[in-house]
Amino acid sequence: MSKIHVSTSINGDAVEYLCEPEETLLDALRNHVGLTGAKEGCGSGDCGACSVELDGRLVCSCLVLAAEAEGKTVSTVEGMADGEKLHVLQRKILDHAALQCGICTPGILVAAKALLEKNSDPSETEVRYWLAGNLCRCTGYDKIIRAVMDAAAEMRGA
Amino acid sequence: MVTEYVEGSAGTEYNKRDFKVVGTRPPRPDGIDKVTGRALFGADLTAPGMLHATILRSPHAHARIVSIDTSAVLAMDGVKAVVTSEDFVKQQGSGNQDTLDNCMARGKVLYDGHAVAAVAATSVKVANAALKLIKVEYEVLPHETDVDAAMLDSAPVLHEGRKFRNIPEGNNANVSGFREFGHGDLDEGFAKADVIVERSFKTAATHQGYIEPHATLATMGPDGRGEIWVCTQGHYMVRDMAAAFVGMETSQLRVTPSEIGGGFGGKTTVYLEPVALALSKKSGRPVKMVMTREEVFRASGPTTSSSTDVKIGMTKDGRITAGQAKLRYQGGAYPNITAMLGAMTAFASYDLDAVEAQAWNVLTNRPKQAAYRAPGAPMAIYTVESVIDELCQKLDLDPIEVRLLNAAKKGTLSSYGPTFDEIGLVATLEAAKAHPHYAAPLGPNQGRGVSCGFWFNFAGNTSVSMNINEDGTVAVIEGNPDIGGSRASISMMAAEELGIPFEKVRTIVADTNSIGFNDVTDGSRVTFAVGLATIKAARAAIKNMCGRAAQVWGIDADAVDWLDGAAVPTGHNAGEFPPMTVAEIAGDQAKTGGPIAGHHEVNVDGAGVSFGVHLVDVEVDPETGFTEIKRYTVFQDAGKAIHPDYVEGQMQGGAVQGIGWALNEEYIYGEDGKLQNAGFLDYRIPVASDLPMIDAVILEIPNPGHPYGVRGVGETGIVPPLAAVANGVSHAAGVRMSELPMSPPRILAAIDGAK
Amino acid sequence: MVTVNLWGSLRSATGGLTEVEVEARNTGEMLKALAEKYPALDQIIEGGVSVAIDGLIYKEAWFTPIKPDSEVVLMPYMKGG
Repeated sequence: MSKIHVSTSINGDAVEYLCEPEETLLDALRNHVGLTGAKEGCGSGDCGACSVELDGRLVCSCLVLAAEAEGKTVSTVEGMADGEKLHVLQRKILDHAALQCGICTPGILVAAKALLEKNSDPSETEVRYWLAGNLCRCTGYDKIIRAVMDAAAEMRGA
Repeated sequence: MVTEYVEGSAGTEYNKRDFKVVGTRPPRPDGIDKVTGRALFGADLTAPGMLHATILRSPHAHARIVSIDTSAVLAMDGVKAVVTSEDFVKQQGSGNQDTLDNCMARGKVLYDGHAVAAVAATSVKVANAALKLIKVEYEVLPHETDVDAAMLDSAPVLHEGRKFRNIPEGNNANVSGFREFGHGDLDEGFAKADVIVERSFKTAATHQGYIEPHATLATMGPDGRGEIWVCTQGHYMVRDMAAAFVGMETSQLRVTPSEIGGGFGGKTTVYLEPVALALSKKSGRPVKMVMTREEVFRASGPTTSSSTDVKIGMTKDGRITAGQAKLRYQGGAYPNITAMLGAMTAFASYDLDAVEAQAWNVLTNRPKQAAYRAPGAPMAIYTVESVIDELCQKLDLDPIEVRLLNAAKKGTLSSYGPTFDEIGLVATLEAAKAHPHYAAPLGPNQGRGVSCGFWFNFAGNTSVSMNINEDGTVAVIEGNPDIGGSRASISMMAAEELGIPFEKVRTIVADTNSIGFNDVTDGSRVTFAVGLATIKAARAAIKNMCGRAAQVWGIDADAVDWLDGAAVPTGHNAGEFPPMTVAEIAGDQAKTGGPIAGHHEVNVDGAGVSFGVHLVDVEVDPETGFTEIKRYTVFQDAGKAIHPDYVEGQMQGGAVQGIGWALNEEYIYGEDGKLQNAGFLDYRIPVASDLPMIDAVILEIPNPGHPYGVRGVGETGIVPPLAAVANGVSHAAGVRMSELPMSPPRILAAIDGAK
Repeated sequence: MVTVNLWGSLRSATGGLTEVEVEARNTGEMLKALAEKYPALDQIIEGGVSVAIDGLIYKEAWFTPIKPDSEVVLMPYMKGG
């Protein structure tokens, strides 16, 4: 049983870990790096609770092998706030009460951030389709969509 | 949108007042943790020396366990313990024994996915490899997963020789419960009708679909003391069950609830917790268990599926003359009360002279059902509201006017027994009728659906403590997991009663050893019952603080009032003293007699029933059978909304779960009795792109049983969508739909069948 | 005396009656009296019931007062999600 050594960058920090060949990036983040913000809701890429950005691309970390992070940059929900200052999306999610249980919230935040990096002025339909891979069972999505639209508006300076 | 109503008949608890904190929308106290990833959910905790355990599950829908040989397992490197049903204590009551047998099969496996054995090892990988070495010899038996087929005499019997109480003659051994409710003369009622509609309906089993799988971390040392960390709706329930199953006293088992990633009723029982505790007991090491999503679907509680016959008579002018429903629910392999709740709620919205609802609970080879948001009501009310809609269609009557004409109100003898006091259905229907949505034009292939819904709401055992800190801030300690923002609403009620800012209060959810017993977070009880106990705990603390001020001032305690967060003399006669604030009283507490606290422990009664009316516009594509929700409005008699954002959130979330039930969600079993869609790809819950905004109209009709007029809001919202969507689809497609989910193939088949 | 309304399927335990009278001042006394008068109800009460008094539902509360003219309905034990 030999483990793979991985050197990567997580939320701007250089990180090394040892992983099994079959372990996922989600397993590595949660079990080796100590970042439990990304959640496992399904392990099959259907729920989006494990969303992270890998080299700026939104992925389900349960569908990425831990070894694939070698030499790449990983962004998780833990990296969104700047010290005490929340990211606009984090603040808007709270302002709009866009969470109930909060288990999907990290994934929604990472996914919404990835959207706004690509499209600063998404329509409601664009937000809904972009977030269609992030399941929320509590809210019915209404307040989440409003929060993301509001965050986009504030980030545009509208 | 919030509409406040003038107070109803003032009850023993409710007094109208001007609120300062209640009704505002502050950020929730656990918010930062939940948007930064800091919040710790069930699977997020680790312990030094921790083992991982996994479960061997039955590949058969129904089989006798001839033998289980685990001898090869313990010899495997890294394996530390293995358990089967032999390792648990036989229970006295049949309910507890059923729950235990569902955690670990005893004698027989009763469904695909039923737990047979569990292994704790140094990693999940080793544990899973070890499971393959367990040799189970099964004698496979015939199985049945359909409710109607399981009632036939030819059906395989799940629990041979077990007698269920009060089952009428003519039912087979799979019928585990029968209940009948109603009043009046049905024959006479139907004789008065101008039109009678009789129709049969089916609804599929759906899963609560919480995004967080069940997870727990249990520790038990050789001294017999245990700790459990778990995502649950009720950690006292977990403590009581796990302690009983492993054979220990409750005081020796401390259960701490994690943050909970959704429950909706599905986390009101135990699955992994006793198993992890037993493995920890055997191995002497902490044991963590986390279900996979497939396990969540195969082995944790979905709701019941149903098959129902409904008959309703109506006069030409829309008066219902009689209603009858025969409801057959299957809730998996063990008895449950969900069918009964269906029969109680089916006709609860209406004032009827003649009504009868009969419910059969039927055992099948499916996982043991768990409560799901207003358990039993959505599928029962779906059938009644569908038939009422069909009658309105036949008689060319307005569906809201007909519901208004028949609506239950104060003095109505309810279909389930008691006479209603003040209730809010008429106001809720009037609000829907007056809303612009009801008058909006519809496009081609579009239809509008209306449905009423009802739920009881419950209260129950509750303990709250409140500590007044020396700096005048307040710690509230309660024991109900915060599943949707309840720490915010409880902090708000504490702040309101004490007369201090919301930010001065911090509410925590304590473990089982830190505060008195609390019932499970279920039945829409928390904001109502925990809120009530919080207000009373605050009153106890206020009384104490008034007494301290009286002593300092040298006047009678009776001569001190509490006003805006300070003790004040009751009047000039009491003496001239400036108000003494919480902070001032608290700062001197050591000198005036010691720590100041308030607490309240009670079995709360007085949860007010709740009604909802939903309006939906749907568009059905006649080519594909696909249904799009175009517009959706929820009206709910919600009582006083403590934090309106989270009240709206409950209404919106309930509506969308109901939409999923109506259109997509379905447990699909093969001929082999195995679940075919145990994942979110094939069991499709609504996603953001399926939906429009969900407008929520809160009607604040105060509940006389609560000091602030609060009533439960969590469950009612899932009740009306099934029929609202079905009625909309039936209008849009031009054919009456009678089976859920209304997936595209079913809608296409119905359209083709009607041609 | 208080009049207690029973749900329909309890008729088999009371010889066909869905309305019975017992002497009681509170819910605990009422349940005790019912079980004594109709032994077949004992198991059902033991298994857990709710009681509605004048429209309000009480679970497992023995000392809720019952007035002679109160509407009393024996109901099954219920729970939500």
